[in-house]
Amino acid sequence: MTKTGSRIAAIAAFLVALAACGGSSTPTAQTDVGVTSNSILLGNTIAQSGPAAAYGTIANAENAYFTYINNTQGGVNGRKINFKVLDDGYNPANTVTLTKQLVEQDQVFAMFSGLGTQAQTAVRDYLNSKKVPQLFVATGATTFMLDYGKPSTADASIKWNYSIGWQPPYQGEARIYAKDILANHAGAKIGVLYQNDDYGQDYLKGLKDGLGSNASMIVDAESYDVTAASTVSQLVKLKASGADTLFLFTTPGFTIPALVTVTKLGWAPAIYLNSVSNPQVYMGIAAKNGAALKNVTSVGYIKDPTDPRWASDAGMQLYKTVIANCTTCNVNDGFNIYGAAVAWTMVDVLKQAGSNMTRANVVSIATSGLNETNNPFLLPGVVVKTTSSDHFPITQEQVITWNGTGWTLQGSLIDERGTIK
Amino acid sequence: MQELLQQVVSGIATGGIFASLALALVLIYNAMGLVNFAQGEMAMLATFVALALIDHGMNYWIAFPVTLVIAFAGGIAIERVVIRPVERAPILTLVIVTLGLATLINGLAGFIFGYVPRAFPSPFPVQTVNILGALASYQDLGVIAVSAVVLLAIYLLLQHTTVGLTMRAAAHHPEASRLLGVRVSWMLALGWGLASAVGSVSGIMVAPILLLQPNMMQTIIIYAFAAAVLGGIESPIGAVVGGVIVGVTVNLAGVYLPFVGGDLQLAVALAIIVGVLVLKPNGLFGRPSVRRV
Amino acid sequence: MLTRIRNSPPRYWLVVVVILFFIGLPTVISSFQASEWAQVLVLAIAIMGLNILVGYSGQISLGHGAFMAIGAYTFAILIHRYRMNYLVAIPLAGLLTGGIGFLFGVPALRLSALYLALATFALAVVTPSLIKRPAELTGGVQGIILPPVDPPPAAGAAFTALTGTPMTSDQWIYYLTLAFALVLFWLAWNLVRHRAGRAMRAVRDGEVAAAASGVNIAGYKTLAFGISALYAGIAGALFGLAVGFVSPDTFPVSLSIQLLVGAVVGGLASIPGPLIGAIFAYFLPIESNQWVPAQTWIPSQIASTVEKAGPAVTYGVVLILIMIFAPNGVVGLVTAGYARLRRRLRGAADRENGQMPPDPQTV
Repeated sequence: MTKTGSRIAAIAAFLVALAACGGSSTPTAQTDVGVTSNSILLGNTIAQSGPAAAYGTIANAENAYFTYINNTQGGVNGRKINFKVLDDGYNPANTVTLTKQLVEQDQVFAMFSGLGTQAQTAVRDYLNSKKVPQLFVATGATTFMLDYGKPSTADASIKWNYSIGWQPPYQGEARIYAKDILANHAGAKIGVLYQNDDYGQDYLKGLKDGLGSNASMIVDAESYDVTAASTVSQLVKLKASGADTLFLFTTPGFTIPALVTVTKLGWAPAIYLNSVSNPQVYMGIAAKNGAALKNVTSVGYIKDPTDPRWASDAGMQLYKTVIANCTTCNVNDGFNIYGAAVAWTMVDVLKQAGSNMTRANVVSIATSGLNETNNPFLLPGVVVKTTSSDHFPITQEQVITWNGTGWTLQGSLIDERGTIK
Repeated sequence: MQELLQQVVSGIATGGIFASLALALVLIYNAMGLVNFAQGEMAMLATFVALALIDHGMNYWIAFPVTLVIAFAGGIAIERVVIRPVERAPILTLVIVTLGLATLINGLAGFIFGYVPRAFPSPFPVQTVNILGALASYQDLGVIAVSAVVLLAIYLLLQHTTVGLTMRAAAHHPEASRLLGVRVSWMLALGWGLASAVGSVSGIMVAPILLLQPNMMQTIIIYAFAAAVLGGIESPIGAVVGGVIVGVTVNLAGVYLPFVGGDLQLAVALAIIVGVLVLKPNGLFGRPSVRRV
Repeated sequence: MLTRIRNSPPRYWLVVVVILFFIGLPTVISSFQASEWAQVLVLAIAIMGLNILVGYSGQISLGHGAFMAIGAYTFAILIHRYRMNYLVAIPLAGLLTGGIGFLFGVPALRLSALYLALATFALAVVTPSLIKRPAELTGGVQGIILPPVDPPPAAGAAFTALTGTPMTSDQWIYYLTLAFALVLFWLAWNLVRHRAGRAMRAVRDGEVAAAASGVNIAGYKTLAFGISALYAGIAGALFGLAVGFVSPDTFPVSLSIQLLVGAVVGGLASIPGPLIGAIFAYFLPIESNQWVPAQTWIPSQIASTVEKAGPAVTYGVVLILIMIFAPNGVVGLVTAGYARLRRRLRGAADRENGQMPPDPQTV
């Protein structure tokens, strides 16, 4: 396209956008940028190359769900969902450029399920100042729920009321562990291994807050950087500290070797494993590599595709039908059912928006009007809910313990709604 | 005291990982005076080949030598195709080519095998032995033992075989060697083949410990650089000793130097590299070299 | 004889055309595209810095992303913490980075080319974890969000008069970056033509000979490091301004490799090289992901392979191919082609006069 051509196109798009913003031309249905009579365009940035490329499959699974909806239901209210995914390589600078491209050039209606705390923090001000929805970001960083509606720290004139997360906040999960340990192992001496980023730090904070006045139960907390060759040194120190309970706030690439190392050190602590690292595939690798895996506790909120319990479950059947639309997706990968589940919520929001398909309305439903009790990919009873005063979509999780071949659900769902402040 | 001893023993075990890759770096350096930035990635790729063989039902002990042969051939092929056209170019050109190779192989592996970590079988059990109260697993001891065997093999090759002597001569005095009828260029290819094979041993040994995925060697290569530089970059024994010292130092610095902590392990490796290069560029076992003008 | 080694006279008309092109560009492209071109110019500045070090002084740095990180963080901290005007903070960030680069150049003197490559590469890999440590200052893993900048009224009014649309923040950042790029390219051109540049090249081409003719080798090598870091620091500050956010993951080792690709592709030891290299290094990963798959004439097998293999594979292939087939980069190819053409045109006439054709090495 020639320079002038693209200029004309840009002006034309600008005029279209202007007309769409006016919105009065169509009296029956309200729409916005990125919405036509038969389509809705959503944008996404995610790491599909580079150090965090293992997450990239999430977007493919989300796309598989949208394809399923388009093929079986003709989209939402007659509008097919188009999903444009761009690879940011886990570099926030790329995320900024690609997000601008999706918003200004591709004219997306909303950004959906962008991945990474730093990356999504980098575009939060931009998206909110442009009033483009930043929906259901793929991070459990508490700030995307807790700081809803607050002014930006860089520019107070920008309010963060177009952004929201989806998955349970890391802090909430850690609080559930704290509850479990206070109830079942009140005399425990806790050692913590955590990644030195927002993810690890959020977990550690949640654990401390959850233990409250009993925070002194934590006898040692050791951090590591993602560039570390191993965490052996930290684990030796934790063992020497006299801890009898080990918390692993680590990503799968470090969790699996850490579980093996614990066994190699002749150490047998009770182990609490964060939910990012607990998919059965990873436990299988750890076991194969020699980890003892005794006394391991974690939490879950999504159905595990490898769990035989769900073999005849309708939700799991649906997941398998959906994921067949994605040739590169491994059906057993926990990230894929995560993608399907969050895409389910997205479609749910669009259905609720109905004929009023404006950014403002969709954001309002997502951040304050969600009440989803039937997401088929989540554990029975898990509700996805937001109100005008509560912007934590998922807060319930269930304690699970490892039985040697799979996870066993323990007790009932624990709800941390309203505890994180 | 107990903890200190355990830190040292565990550090030696981790050092074995660094040493095994550093040995491959040393081989290339001996063959052509170059540090191969793609050494780690080549080792990673060879390990994926080994896994593919095993997954197709091949016995581990057959897959191992087969992989070695494939890696050897692959190393020679890479040298012929990519390095040969630039073998007499300035060092900058060579460094950039190997860096390009590293980037290429890493991306290729991600494209072909995906980024989800994989289990890799180990011939050694994870059962532990007690050494004066500190625990070490057979797996870790195995890595060190295999490194020692590789070291011995390289030593014998370089010092006591005609091929090894010719290779070193070709690297240090290419013109004179050429006059004596040595096919210098093929000696470089041989060096690449051998280094690639040694690297694949390293990959196969450490994959059960680190988890096999395309980025497995991305930071390990820096620790291996530190090991090779500390030992004196042309010395095989130096690579092993250097690897062990780096492994132990990283462990101890993380625990006993509060400003390092667990977070700055890689920075310790960087400090070792810079410190050695500035203060004692020939490392522990390297011979002082005369600056060529 | 001397005239031969001199640079061929710059083609001023070409320089003017290029400058006019960059000034006019934002009036015909979208604001988003202007933001992309601003990043191209940022890269061009950083690559020019790398070029001064590698191309002109013959030292190696595989870790120039680290200097960009220092510049970007200095800039962000000055703005965020000390509420400094961003126009003041940019040159300050450059000066501080330049000073650090100068100090870095001192131990670098003792390192051979290979070892310097090793150490700087290790630095590039360690950079993100080093940034996290002084969390009080750098914001740790949360990074620092920077406020958006508005175009000054005069610039905005001029732009509106020209195009009829209001000037966006991205367009203003583009022009600001362009201004810095013009000044820094002009300075680099002056540097390499005059005494310091000649001394640096003499050091590059043979230290002993240079020392024999009285060149202060250590002085010029560290000076090259300092100037190179100053460029990277200003580029880093402008990068922070353009992205609006700095965090550890913004400065991965792949940034350093991107700079190296740009320097090599454009052509080392040339003034237009960094600009050409920057355009290439910036758009290659984006377009291999977006433009290539959209082309119907490219077989879909190849297109989807290029898309899925990601920028790493393309970068790697390009680095190797350029080093093998065009070690002087695009500029080298063009100059060589031009010289060959001229030789052929003139060859016939020269043979009649009994003269040798001119030396083509007049880059």
